[in-house]
Amino acid sequence: MVQINGEAQDAAGMRLEDYLKENGYVSDHIAIGWNEEILPKEEYATKIFRDGDVVEIVGFVGGG
Amino acid sequence: MEKKDTFLLGEKEFSSRFILGSGKYSMKLIEAAVKNAEAQMITLAVRRMNTNQQENIIDYIPEDVTLLPNTSGARDAKEAVYIAKMAREIGCGNFVKVEIMRDSKYLLPDNTETVKATEMLVKEGFVVLPYMYPDLYTARDLANAGAAAVMPLASPIGSNKGLATKDFIQILIDEIDLPIIVDAGIGKPSEACAAMEMGAAAIMANTALATAGDIPAMAEAFKHAIIAGRNAYLAGLGRVLERGAQASDPLTGFLRD
Repeated sequence: MVQINGEAQDAAGMRLEDYLKENGYVSDHIAIGWNEEILPKEEYATKIFRDGDVVEIVGFVGGG
Repeated sequence: MEKKDTFLLGEKEFSSRFILGSGKYSMKLIEAAVKNAEAQMITLAVRRMNTNQQENIIDYIPEDVTLLPNTSGARDAKEAVYIAKMAREIGCGNFVKVEIMRDSKYLLPDNTETVKATEMLVKEGFVVLPYMYPDLYTARDLANAGAAAVMPLASPIGSNKGLATKDFIQILIDEIDLPIIVDAGIGKPSEACAAMEMGAAAIMANTALATAGDIPAMAEAFKHAIIAGRNAYLAGLGRVLERGAQASDPLTGFLRD
């Protein structure tokens, strides 16, 4: 299982790029934390989820 | 030609002294508020993105407005650095407002962790604007750490209580050789104006607008108040008499010598 934004998902082996596409993410609007490291955007195309990965997909929201 | 009244944050020059918050109101109103405020900088927060989110806040902010992501949600310097790096990776430039709190009741900033985060982020090439409790020693430490400005709170976040820390903000304005941007607690245009009269470089406001009856109209009211306060500061305020009075009119009786 892979933890994505706090939820366990059956995504091990899946390509990140496909996951983002399937879920409607726009890469210009997000940043990704991969096991507490920032994942550079140029790696989105090649990254594959592995069992136990903890992934955070974040973006901007209103704030002060 | 008269020199334009601007100030620098990092290497970027700003003529608007109104930094707008974008929390707690709709994206459509953000567009109108930015326009009416004539703001050149807007704060944002970084959070988990829901999937299939149709709208993105960035699409509602004009391209020439500098984004100032905050590190809200961070409880220590390490978390703040992580959030700042995430924000930079989204692709918004290298400005960051450091905001670290361990207290969820009063939401007061942790000055010690804020200094640590500022040191780390300046080394990573960020233009750092730290939100802090107005304390002279902390402000000096932030300046030494390479902060681009210091952002003291006027009163607790979201309280609209105004300049509760007025005397301490004045000390920072007088002693710190960096732009002092009054952040948090400013509830009314008159309070923004007062802070500018004191010599603040800029005002950051969010809740004052978000909880106003008409958000874009309040953005415009703040804009005018901030300009008025700035102009008054530049003009030099008139003195205050300790006691007594002084006539503004000629000291003769009407139709008498």
